[in-house]
Amino acid sequence: MNEYPTRLNDDAPMVRFSKVSKRYGELTVLDELDLDVSANEMVSIIGPSGSGKTTVLRLLMTLEDVSDGVIYVEGEPLTHMERDGQLVPANQAYLRRQRSKIGMCFQHFNLFPHMTALENCMEGPIQVLRLSKQEARERSLDLLDMVGLSDKRDQHPIRLSGGQQQRVAIARALAMRPKVMLLDEVTSALDPEVIGEVLNVIRKLNAEHNLTVLMVTHQMGFAKEISDRVCFVYNGKIAEAGPPSQIFDAPQNPRTKQFLSAVLQAN
Amino acid sequence: MTYAEFLNEHGARLIDGSIITVQQTILAALLAIAIALVMGLMRLSSNYVVRSSATVYIEIFRGTSLLVQLYWIFFVLPLFGITLEKFTAGFIAVGMNLGAYGAEVVRGAIQSVPKGQYEAALALNMSPFSRMRRIIFPQALILMLPPWGNLFIELLKATALVSLISVTDLMFQAKQINGTTYLSIEAFGSALVIYYIMSRLVITPGMRWLERALSRHMSRA
Ligand SMILES: Nc1ncnc2c1ncn2[C@@H]1O[C@H](COP(=O)(O)OP(=O)(O)O)[C@@H](O)[C@H]1O
Ligand SMILES: [Mg+2]
Repeated sequence: MNEYPTRLNDDAPMVRFSKVSKRYGELTVLDELDLDVSANEMVSIIGPSGSGKTTVLRLLMTLEDVSDGVIYVEGEPLTHMERDGQLVPANQAYLRRQRSKIGMCFQHFNLFPHMTALENCMEGPIQVLRLSKQEARERSLDLLDMVGLSDKRDQHPIRLSGGQQQRVAIARALAMRPKVMLLDEVTSALDPEVIGEVLNVIRKLNAEHNLTVLMVTHQMGFAKEISDRVCFVYNGKIAEAGPPSQIFDAPQNPRTKQFLSAVLQAN
Repeated sequence: MTYAEFLNEHGARLIDGSIITVQQTILAALLAIAIALVMGLMRLSSNYVVRSSATVYIEIFRGTSLLVQLYWIFFVLPLFGITLEKFTAGFIAVGMNLGAYGAEVVRGAIQSVPKGQYEAALALNMSPFSRMRRIIFPQALILMLPPWGNLFIELLKATALVSLISVTDLMFQAKQINGTTYLSIEAFGSALVIYYIMSRLVITPGMRWLERALSRHMSRA
């Protein structure tokens, strides 16, 4: 681990993947992937199914361990910690400190079924941030209002549509005040007619909150409209990255072209 | 002798025995729940030593006869300086045995909570303890109530074995009545009916009620 600095300079990006690899047994899912994301940047990750997009987010959320390489957040290592001037794999206490900077929303929402919409949002602030019930409640009500679900606050997830559940999940993640928000195909499990309401919330995220967003999506139109940068993942690496205008209108990499024309045809 | 006369003469003993059986059942059930929670969680530990101690416990108590375990606790432990009263030895043996089965129920229920729930709780940066207590366990609890209902019935029936170390439970009293009167049909028939009432008319509906109350409480659906 000598080649990796124990922390980055002051001008470090919000997130840095430094030669990050992820292997499951023989299968190499990410292969020395490098990626920098600046503060307040909105980055979309696109690519074929199974190319490792979700894995990028799961590593950053620390749901999985990296096999090789280091991820930095705000210049500090996330997956590793310093010991005697060297980086060693992070222990649980260190992970818990670093993880507070990151929030995530999942394809299948994963709301807590035994709690109401409001209780789902209050859970983290109370249990983790140790806010008072009153503070947690106010914060959660504000966020439910932001996602347009004030009137559903006392409903359990089973009573909500998929689009409503995903909006609660976004509010729940925001209630923790993360610096980086990860969205993994948050509209893929939704019926077409409710996708718009979730995309509108994401537009608000970008416009009103000081958030760095990494978004895996199959909504190419949306990615083009909202992203500062688009990364095309192929074979465990970022095969091409650039502003949406470049990726969608003038892709350089033949794989990107191939992927985009396949997606266009499917639509 | 009519059955009414039989009850008149021996009913009091049957009632005394039933009370002991109920006490044995409740105490053994509480012990079984405690053991099941501890061993079930230990089985899921990432620590190899913790995990395998639980596996050894569960294997021993599920893999050998309850009667032998009861005799060990009552007759053999004193040789190692641990002497228990027969009443205590009785419910401890039954509780430890059923606790081993309960541990597998607890483990199974926790493992059937969808993985996404664990990941969502982790993404909120909840501590391992809060994740279990606030998110995973409440959902597992609903899943484990039906199998626990079956275990409690097994447990009630298993308490009849404590009569073999002379705990004066329902089975013990039925045997005593039979021994002095030779009214086998009345004595063991009454015991049969009382055990059936306790399991099917008390435990089963009680657990159903608990399930309904709990799911209403959790989802107000
Ligand atoms: N826990 C796992 N064990 C083994 N293989 C996995 C695991 N998770 C993901 N994979 C594999 O890693 C590859 C990339 O998965 P993923 O990141 O989910 O792809 P994407 O989100 O781009 O569709 C897939 O081939 C998948 O089967
Ligand atoms: Mg995916």
